[in-house]
Amino acid sequence: MFSIIFYVFAVITLGAAAIVVFSRNIVHSAFALLFAFFGVAGLYVLLMADFLAITQLMIYVGGILVLLIFGVMLTQRQVDVDIRTGTFQVFPALVIVSALAGTLVGMFWVTNWKISPTAPPETTASKIGELLLTNYLLPFEVASVVLLVALIGAAMIARREKRA
Amino acid sequence: MLEQILHWLKAPGLNHFLILSALLFSMGVYAILTRKNAIMVLMGIELVLNAANINFIAFSRYSTGTLDGQIVAIFVIILAAAEVAIALAIVLNIYQTFNTVNVDEINQLKD
Repeated sequence: MFSIIFYVFAVITLGAAAIVVFSRNIVHSAFALLFAFFGVAGLYVLLMADFLAITQLMIYVGGILVLLIFGVMLTQRQVDVDIRTGTFQVFPALVIVSALAGTLVGMFWVTNWKISPTAPPETTASKIGELLLTNYLLPFEVASVVLLVALIGAAMIARREKRA
Repeated sequence: MLEQILHWLKAPGLNHFLILSALLFSMGVYAILTRKNAIMVLMGIELVLNAANINFIAFSRYSTGTLDGQIVAIFVIILAAAEVAIALAIVLNIYQTFNTVNVDEINQLKD
């Protein structure tokens, strides 16, 4: 059962990612990215990370993807009916990427990873909350400040008035 | 050899998640390297970050038995949200200035 669900989500994720990467139409890519994020959220559930799966859906699908689609809509020339996007450096990129993928897969295949006998807790939300307010308090606060600064900065950059 | 591979495919474990994330990472890098449209480059970056997150959570589940990997994944998601907001603001500015978002046509620091 576990393996069937794993392969379903793996195929969804990789297939959608392939559409994102190889599709010529940028709108098709943006919508395929939705399914890639859903597949990754399913993998998180399989890895017993329920809180992370919900976070993935809310932030990636609800936030980042909507932002990206806004970006697509705002930056296409209105005169252009054609919303295809080109590619360049295809051949060298293919060589580099296949070398990279081969190295990574080979490394993951041959390494004898340490497997822990203890599984992480079943319900993660309360444990994550405890960890964020004890061991990870400083990174948590820094991350909140970074997010605030980044969002104010983004609003400033995007709304900058044209100087005469 | 074939039997070994079939046997390996039957029971997904840590290696399966790692190899899946390696493939996802490679596709993201391919999008970053080849796409002309800056927003497609951003989508490639999102794929790469998702692949890294799968690794963190897989190790958290199988190798450590603690939640530390999941905490790091939360920080990755936070930084990805900040990154995409800033990057899209910059892309919109570039579009207003140069009237294009193709990264191979933007070769000046100012107009």
